[in-house]
This record gives sequence, C-alpha cells and structure tokens, in this order.
Amino acid sequence: MDYFIELFCSGLTRGAIYALIALGYTMVYGIIGLINFAHGEIYMIGAFTSFIVATVLSIYGFPLLAIVVLAGLAAVVWSSAYGYTVEKIAYKPLRHAPRLSPLISAIGMSIFLQNYVLLAQTSDFLPFPTLIPEFAFMEPVAHIVGSTDIVILITTTIMMLILTVVIKGTKVGKAMRATSQDRTMAMLVGINVNRIISVTFIIGSALAAVGGLLIASHIGQINFFIGFLAGIKAFTAAVLGGIGSIPGAVLGGLVLGLTESFATGYVSSDYEDVFAFSLLVFILIFKPSGLLGKAETKKV
Amino acid sequence: MMDTPILKISGLTMDFGGIRALNRLDLDVHAGEIVALIGPNGAGKTTFFNCLTGIYAPTAGEIILTPPQGGKSISLKGLKPNQVTEKGLARTFQNIRLFSQMTVLENVMIGRHCRTRAFILGAIFRNAATRREEREIVEMSYAILEKVGLAGVANEFAKNLSYGAQRRLEIARALATEPFLLLLDEPAAGMNPQETQELDRLIREISDDGLSILLIEHDMKLVMSLSDRIFVMDYGKKIAQGVPSEIRSNPAVIKAYLGEEVDA
Amino acid sequence: MSLLKEMKKGLFTSLWFVFLTFPLMVIKVDPIERVVRWRWENALYVAVGTFLMYLLVTFLMQRKNARAATETEVDADRESFIHRLIASPRQKYLLGGALLAVAIAFPFFSSSYQTNVMTTALMYVVLGLGLNIVVGMAGLLDLGYVAFYAVGAYSYALLNHHFGLGFWAVLPIGGGLAAIFGILLGFPVLRLRGDYLAIVTLGFGEIIRLILENWGEFSKGPSGISNISRPGLFGLELNLDAAIIYIYYLMILFMIVTIFIVNRLQDSRLGRAWIALREDEIACQAMGIDKRKTKLVAFSLGAFWAGIIGVVFAAKTTFINPASFTFLESAIILAIVVLGGMGSIIGVILAALILILLPEYLRALSEYRMLAFGAILVAMMVFRPQGLIANIRRTYIFEKEKSPAEKS
Repeated sequence: MDYFIELFCSGLTRGAIYALIALGYTMVYGIIGLINFAHGEIYMIGAFTSFIVATVLSIYGFPLLAIVVLAGLAAVVWSSAYGYTVEKIAYKPLRHAPRLSPLISAIGMSIFLQNYVLLAQTSDFLPFPTLIPEFAFMEPVAHIVGSTDIVILITTTIMMLILTVVIKGTKVGKAMRATSQDRTMAMLVGINVNRIISVTFIIGSALAAVGGLLIASHIGQINFFIGFLAGIKAFTAAVLGGIGSIPGAVLGGLVLGLTESFATGYVSSDYEDVFAFSLLVFILIFKPSGLLGKAETKKV
Repeated sequence: MMDTPILKISGLTMDFGGIRALNRLDLDVHAGEIVALIGPNGAGKTTFFNCLTGIYAPTAGEIILTPPQGGKSISLKGLKPNQVTEKGLARTFQNIRLFSQMTVLENVMIGRHCRTRAFILGAIFRNAATRREEREIVEMSYAILEKVGLAGVANEFAKNLSYGAQRRLEIARALATEPFLLLLDEPAAGMNPQETQELDRLIREISDDGLSILLIEHDMKLVMSLSDRIFVMDYGKKIAQGVPSEIRSNPAVIKAYLGEEVDA
Repeated sequence: MSLLKEMKKGLFTSLWFVFLTFPLMVIKVDPIERVVRWRWENALYVAVGTFLMYLLVTFLMQRKNARAATETEVDADRESFIHRLIASPRQKYLLGGALLAVAIAFPFFSSSYQTNVMTTALMYVVLGLGLNIVVGMAGLLDLGYVAFYAVGAYSYALLNHHFGLGFWAVLPIGGGLAAIFGILLGFPVLRLRGDYLAIVTLGFGEIIRLILENWGEFSKGPSGISNISRPGLFGLELNLDAAIIYIYYLMILFMIVTIFIVNRLQDSRLGRAWIALREDEIACQAMGIDKRKTKLVAFSLGAFWAGIIGVVFAAKTTFINPASFTFLESAIILAIVVLGGMGSIIGVILAALILILLPEYLRALSEYRMLAFGAILVAMMVFRPQGLIANIRRTYIFEKEKSPAEKS
C-alpha cells in the first residue's frame, strides 16, 4: 500500500509539473492555433537560469530563502523575456502564413535554443543545488512523500489559482478569452491582439519557468536537452486534456503523470518515455479533441 | 411532365450541435435544367452544397443521383467528396479555392484526375498509355480553357488572375471532371456587370452542352434570366419554389428576401 | 523611416538582447569547484552581433516589402538564373554532364576521407529528395522521417547479422519494409490535420528509437550492431579504400535514379495531385482526388527512399546504433528540404550539399552546425518560405502547352 501511495504521490508531482508546462502550450494554441514547439526550451532556459542564479548566490554565501526567491524570480523574468522574444522573431511575422510555416519555424527555434544553451554553457549534466530542505514535520511520512513533492504540489496549485484569477477576473484575461474565440472580432472591438498574444506567451513562459525550477530541484540535475522530452510530454498532457482548454491541460497533466508513475512502477521503467509517446500517438489518432476539448468543424 | 429527376433530395436535414442548418429540405433537378437556389445570407445554401458533395455528412434525408441516359440511381449519402465527383457531380466554391501555386492549365488538369488512371509506375516509366493519357489531359484541359475564355492565360499562376477570371477558372476546373450536374456557388460574386454578362453566356453554353446546373446566386438579374426553376430557402427551410415569374410574385419570398431587390 | 530612428531601434534591440542573453552568455558557474566566471566580453559580442543582425534584417525586410509591391516581375527576374540555365535542354544536359564528370572523377583526386564525406552528402541529397516528396510536394510535415531510415538500416544490420544476407538482397527489402511501416503508420494518421500529423510522426519516430534502445534481444540496445558487411561487387571482397569508392559510386547512381524518378513523379498525374493536395485539401477532394490514397502513396514512397538510404548507411558505416536516429536527424533532413525550397529538386540538392559539406570543410563552423540549422529553419520561414530555389513549374508547362497547338 505504501508503494501505491508513493507512486501516486510521485505521479501527482510529475503531473503537476506537466500541467504547469502544458498550460503554456494550451494557451498559445488557444490564441494563435500554433503548437509552440519551442515551449520546452523556454522551460529548459528557466531551469538553467535558476541554476545559474542559485549557484552564483550560494557561492557568494546568500541565505537559502534569498536564493530560492531570487532564483525563482530570475527564472520567471528571463523565461518570459525569451518567450516574448521568440514570439516576436519566429511567429509574429508568420501570422498569415500557411499553417505549417510557424510550426517549422517553432521547430527551428527549439533546435536553435537548445544549441545556444549548449554552446553558451555546457553539454554536461549539471548538479542542481538543493533549494528545498527536508522539512522536519515531514519526517514521519518522508519515506513515501518527499518535502519536494509537497512544495511542488503547493506551488503549482498556487500558480494555477493565480492563472484562473487572471483569466477569469482581469481585463487582460477577458481580452485573452475573446481573442482565442475570434481573433478578427477581438480586433474589431478594439483589443490589441498583438499585445494579448505577447501577454499569453509571457504568462505561459512564466509558468514553464516555475515548472523548470521545480523539476530541476526535484531531479537534482539539468542539461540543455531536458526541454525536448519535457516539452513533448507536456504537449501530450495538453492534447490529452483537449488542447486549448485550460482545465484540460491540468487534467491531462495529472492523468499523464499518474499513468507514467504507475506504468513505470508496476510494469517496467525501461519504456517510461514510450508510454508517453504512445499515449500521444493514440490520443491524436483516436480522440484528437482530447478529454475536455471541443471537436472542430471545418469551414468550407 | 418530365422523367426521373437526375438529382432528387428529400428530407435533407443537417444539425450542427444544437443548430439546425437544414430542415427537411426537398429539391429536385431534371436533366438539362438550370435551377437556382436563392435565399438570404445564412439561409443554409452553402451548407446544402456541402451536404450534397460529401463534405458534411447530413443528419437525415436522402440524396439520389440518377445519371441521364438511363444510368442507375445511386444514393450520395455517406460517399466521400471525391466519390461524389466521380459519380458526375462537380462544384465550385463561394470563397474561391483554386490551387494558387499551380498554373491555370494545371488547375484544370487536376480536374481530369478522377477520369484518368496513371499511377506510380506509369509516372516513372512513362509508357505509351501514360503518354497518351497525359496528352489527352492537356488537350482536353486546354479545350475547356478555350471554352471559358482563359486559354490566353493558361501559363499564368492561378493567383495572378483577376477575380472574375478566377471564378471562371473554378468553373473550368469543375467541367474537367466531366460532370452531368454542375453546382455553382455564387459564381457572379464580385464580378462587374460585363463579367456577369459573360458568365450568363458561359452558363448557357454549358447548359446547351447538355449539363444540368444548380446554382446559388445573389445576383437576381442573373438568376431570373438563367433559371428554369427557382428554390427559395430561409432559415434552413424551403419557403417557395417555382418558375421565375411565380417566385417574383410570391408574397412569402418577397417578404423574406427579395422585396427591394428584384423590382428594379 | 529615418536612418537615425533605425539606429536607435537597433541600439535598443541590442540592449534587449544583452539583457536576454546575460545569465547564459556572461555567467558561467562551476558548481563543483564553486567558482563563477564572468565572461563580460560575450555581452559585447552579443551587443555588436545583434546590432548588425538588426540592420541586416531591417534591410532584408525592406527589400522583401519592396518586392511584394512590384510582385511577380521582380520575382521572375530573381528566380530565373538557375532556371534560365536549365531552360534549354542543351544547356541542361551540358551542365548535368559536366557535374556528373566532376562527380565521377572526384574519388581520383581526393582522399578516402573526402570521398566518404561526399558519400554522406549524397545520402542526404537522396534523403532530402525523398522527404521532399512528402513535405515539399504533398505538404505532409513528417517529423519522424528518421524512423523509416532506421527501419532500413536495422533491416540490413539484422538480416546481415542473423542470416548473412547481402547488401543487394536487402536493399529492396529494407526499402519495402520502410514503405510498409509508412503505410501502417500513414493509414490511421493521414486524416489528421497538418500540425497534428507532424507531432504524431515525431512521436512515432521517437517510439521506434526508444524501442531500438530498450529491446536489447532484438536490436542489441544502445550498443548497436557492428561488423555489418560492406556491399559486395560480384562476390568480390573489397578492401576499405575500394569499398569507400564503390559506395560513393553507388550513391551517385542512386542519386541519379532518384532525381530521374522524382522529376517524373512531379510532372505526372500523381505529382500534380500531391501539389494540389498541399494547396487545398477540400478543393482537391471536390475535384475527385482520393485524399487518403494520394497522401498514403506520397508518405510510403518517401518512407521507401529513407529505407533504401538506411540500408546504404548501415553498409557504409558497418556499425549502427539508435543514437544515429534521433529527432535531430529528421530535423536536419527537414532543414534541407526547407532551405532548398519545398518541392524544388535542384534546390534540395543544393541545400543538402551546402548543409552537409559546409560544416565538414569549415571545421570552425561544425560546432555551430545545429545552431545554424535551427536558425535556417526560422529564417527561411520568415524571409524566404519558397526556399533558395523556388519550384517553378514553368518548363513543364511550356512543353505541354505546345502540344495542343502542334496537334491542331
């Protein structure tokens, strides 16, 4: 039973992080209909930035709390900046291009960013500093649920609540929803669509950055390539939930995380990534609208 | 008075979610006829075409196609768009859908696809049969272009044509599939009066060649001049049908739609 | 816009990029030794580089806009150099013959190493031409192309290892198996929308690689399969140098056959259907084209080529492992097609030679190879989506157009 709970918790943790990254995919897709292939790289850059800032600060002897806050802040700021810039360079000029052009551009961006980090930093795996201490009050259950898991779950829940408030309660959120329903119409009623798209990329990137920080401190090491797999898995989560749907991304993330956790725990860990990829292929083939998405009707 | 209609539609219904776009529509077209389908914007005319040509699967109803010269009747329900075209029903699109990166001639050549055979091996080895077929495709396509008056621009890219010429190219492309029933979706939209007049002449010529025509059109002058019979739709329902003079004086039609437009 | 204003904007952009790249470019930490290196000079490079890049991009954008204003005439002028060169059949054959002569003579005045590199480049030419059928002509973005390449390579490696089958026997088998995989995958996925298709093929490619990596009993896992036989020449055992030259000539042959076939496909009923499908699926169906069948043919034909080259790859390197078949490999081939110009045969050949040979000969560049590939994909989409050499179907049309006139 302990094993089951352990798997459940680690699945939940994984799922929460997938969900955090999946939100970026789903929001961008909802607004401009693009699979932002470079989103995984934004997450990787978030992890790298927090790694660099945290390590520098710890070398200079800052206290742990300051390190955590500053590293998190840096990750969010720089990831958002990258997300914003990537959109301006690689997607904005292609607003009216054929549908596959921005996707190819996104793939190019993804490869570019990976290799940029590889060249600017290193291809080696880097040890991520311990940012989350083992809490004393967790001791009795520590063999099942780590402190990191708890922190991850709490943080992602807070992030999602903030996101919900932003989307449901603010003017920007309203404009985002309007733009995702009908871009032309939104433009006609005076919404600055370009700004809304930028905001979407910034929010999505910020969430990915938090995900990057959390997962890096969870796993304990990073390299330039982590964005690829995490990106694909988060995308799987987004599609599983129904791409374009925000609750769908969360649900998809959790389902994927739990599936993976149980599959690796009870079946075989060799094929961990095969599960995710197969799930992706199967959903796209059999239910491309996902669990909570709406089926698309083609316009003629 | 006439034999079996070549197209007989009964009870055609199409629902999108909760919205009923077509409501038990009946319509028929006889051999050699020009039939117009009119109605206000959003009445469901294009949806009707899409159901007919297999792009949408209708919720209920029957679509029976009977080739002239005593062919066997077939139901079009459940067929894919390309199968519908093979059966002898071709269409044009309201929002022009040409292959813009291909030349005018090639656009028409695409229409020959479903009447020709050559495949991978034919393409690679270019045997005598394939060469003959290719020559036939080009000749026939060229002849169709001459008919619609576009032979002079055969080598232009389709996207570089004027609006009116693009509409005529759409018709040429549809003709290349050798249909016996041609569906035209607002062929005169965006045309100037002179172009519309040419279109009127072209449609008559096509009709004289023995094709039946079903057209959606907003240009009432054209509709009244061309049509043998007219069907009027509103809110997915048929509200009237008859010869032009009847439609002109039908109070329901005038109320729903024509009113100020046709009296001119 | 005034020059001063442009300069100011350029300056602002470069400052933004200095900020953007600051943590990754300037700071370098060593977490083990616990030292921080501040590489301030990098900030300067970024600033200058971005500024120059900004000016270049602004210039390109202005030219692009200017060209859009005058539309086709300028376009035709710009496009025509290579096309004019091959417009007349005599010049075309002359040029082709000259290139062929150089290609045949190549191994005699270069080292085995260089011949080997050239063979690799030729393999990418053929892979590019194969993917060009799928992506360029039929408009199906296949991101798992490398999977079919892997199928071909592993068919040869395994059949050779277990049953001692030779290169020529496996060549059609490898191609055929890849094509069958193409059909099996294509059947369910080809009805998907373009971007979903791209992701599914990507997933499929990764699944194949992961299976090869993990299913040790079948594929020997990450350590791969070694001692694969080189192709034989009428039962002769060739020494290493001779084998390299032999494979080089084989690739020349394959390339010529591929060009011939792709060229003919492009000007056929099937090729036209592919291009029409790329342009507008719904109109295509309304013209009586069976969407699924036509796509499936393109997809499996592309897979066939990948399978063939996979066999050649296994025979050339005599050792394969799953690491040769990552997504990046698919991305490289895609970059070739995109750079060359979707659907353009000459463009793809040129792009493959540039992308594979340039980093090989300019050693300094090889580090930046993948960086450049990524940048190329973005830049091509933004500035020149038609590729280096746009595919224009003029020559074909010209000769066709005459025929009705000739007949009458």
